[in-house]
Amino acid sequence: MRRAAVTTLTSVAGIVLLLSLKPHQATAPPVAPAPSAAPAPSSAGGTGTATAPTRTSGSNGTFTGDVVNTRYGPVQVAATLKGGRITAVKVLQVPSANGRDQQLAGYAVPQLTRAALTAQSAHIDAVSGASYTSEGYIQSLQSALDRAHA
Amino acid sequence: MGTVFSFDVRDRPTPAIATALRDAVAWLHHVDRLFSTYRPDSAISRLARGATTLDQVPDLVEHVLDLCAEAETRTRGCFTTHPGGRLDPSGLVKGWAVEEASRILRAGGAVNTYVNGGGDLQLSGEASPGTPWRVGIADPHRPGRLLTTVTGRDLAIATSGTTERGCHITDPRTGTPATGILSATVTGPQLTWADVYATAAIVLGPETHEWIAGIPGYNALTVPTSPGLHFTARCE
Repeated sequence: MRRAAVTTLTSVAGIVLLLSLKPHQATAPPVAPAPSAAPAPSSAGGTGTATAPTRTSGSNGTFTGDVVNTRYGPVQVAATLKGGRITAVKVLQVPSANGRDQQLAGYAVPQLTRAALTAQSAHIDAVSGASYTSEGYIQSLQSALDRAHA
Repeated sequence: MGTVFSFDVRDRPTPAIATALRDAVAWLHHVDRLFSTYRPDSAISRLARGATTLDQVPDLVEHVLDLCAEAETRTRGCFTTHPGGRLDPSGLVKGWAVEEASRILRAGGAVNTYVNGGGDLQLSGEASPGTPWRVGIADPHRPGRLLTTVTGRDLAIATSGTTERGCHITDPRTGTPATGILSATVTGPQLTWADVYATAAIVLGPETHEWIAGIPGYNALTVPTSPGLHFTARCE
């Protein structure tokens, strides 16, 4: 299979799962040290939320990730952490050089951030299709998290 | 490009569920090590270049290759595990791995969950007591917008498309890129098969619905390159 980037960002806590598909903040309790989805408030750039089953003392603040060059162009994100938990991921750079890249970014970024879909419907648990995957996104996020705990 | 897997667990957290979640993540990493075509040392890569043989690979690999053979039969050859002539079961592995991960969670007591592998989902139980999961289907014509929503309990939903990276599905019968359908969504009990059928649907095109209608429990929604939507019509 394609490189499965299970986003186990061990630099944050035991297991951190990237929950890119948590479009709203309706149900799950936000702070429980639990595997339940921990929704995060949306920032202007949209959200990618992550949850850490075990909390560490953790960092606070916004950490900018590396620029990761993908075959589609540079990708860069910034992660905001509160108490070691990711509360927001902002996309700083996505490919935009030509039509094809714009098309990719047009699909991928809304899928990554959920922002557009959140605006469209507040009652969607997840989205199928238009794979939101991006190795660059993950790598940049990882580097942001590394920085937070360096 | 990697694939992101995410989990959403709606059950009250317990130590058993936390363990199951860790096991499910470990499972996906294990699958990646065995099946990644991007890793030269994976069992699949070694098998593909003849560095190992079928009787030497782990049972899991043999199991998946059996499933792949079944997938080719079930889809009348519209699904292939040898795209470009080289062994690559990726098209089946992701859905299968997600379905198994969902099973791991369930066995650990997490019965209201979904596991999402790059936009293909295995739903288990429901979103909250009395409320089924609601899954939006991405609109290939309008980035970031939804075509429709699918509501269900214990349901798999897979979407294949030609949209994100241009056409990436080739008709194994002709060797040419599949055209005519922008995206195909298949729902049914098991993600392994929903995913395989969604991939085959891109190749099959408009014939998809007649074909899917003959498979109990599975339904399709296809988006043609021309305006419109096609649903599988059933008389059940």
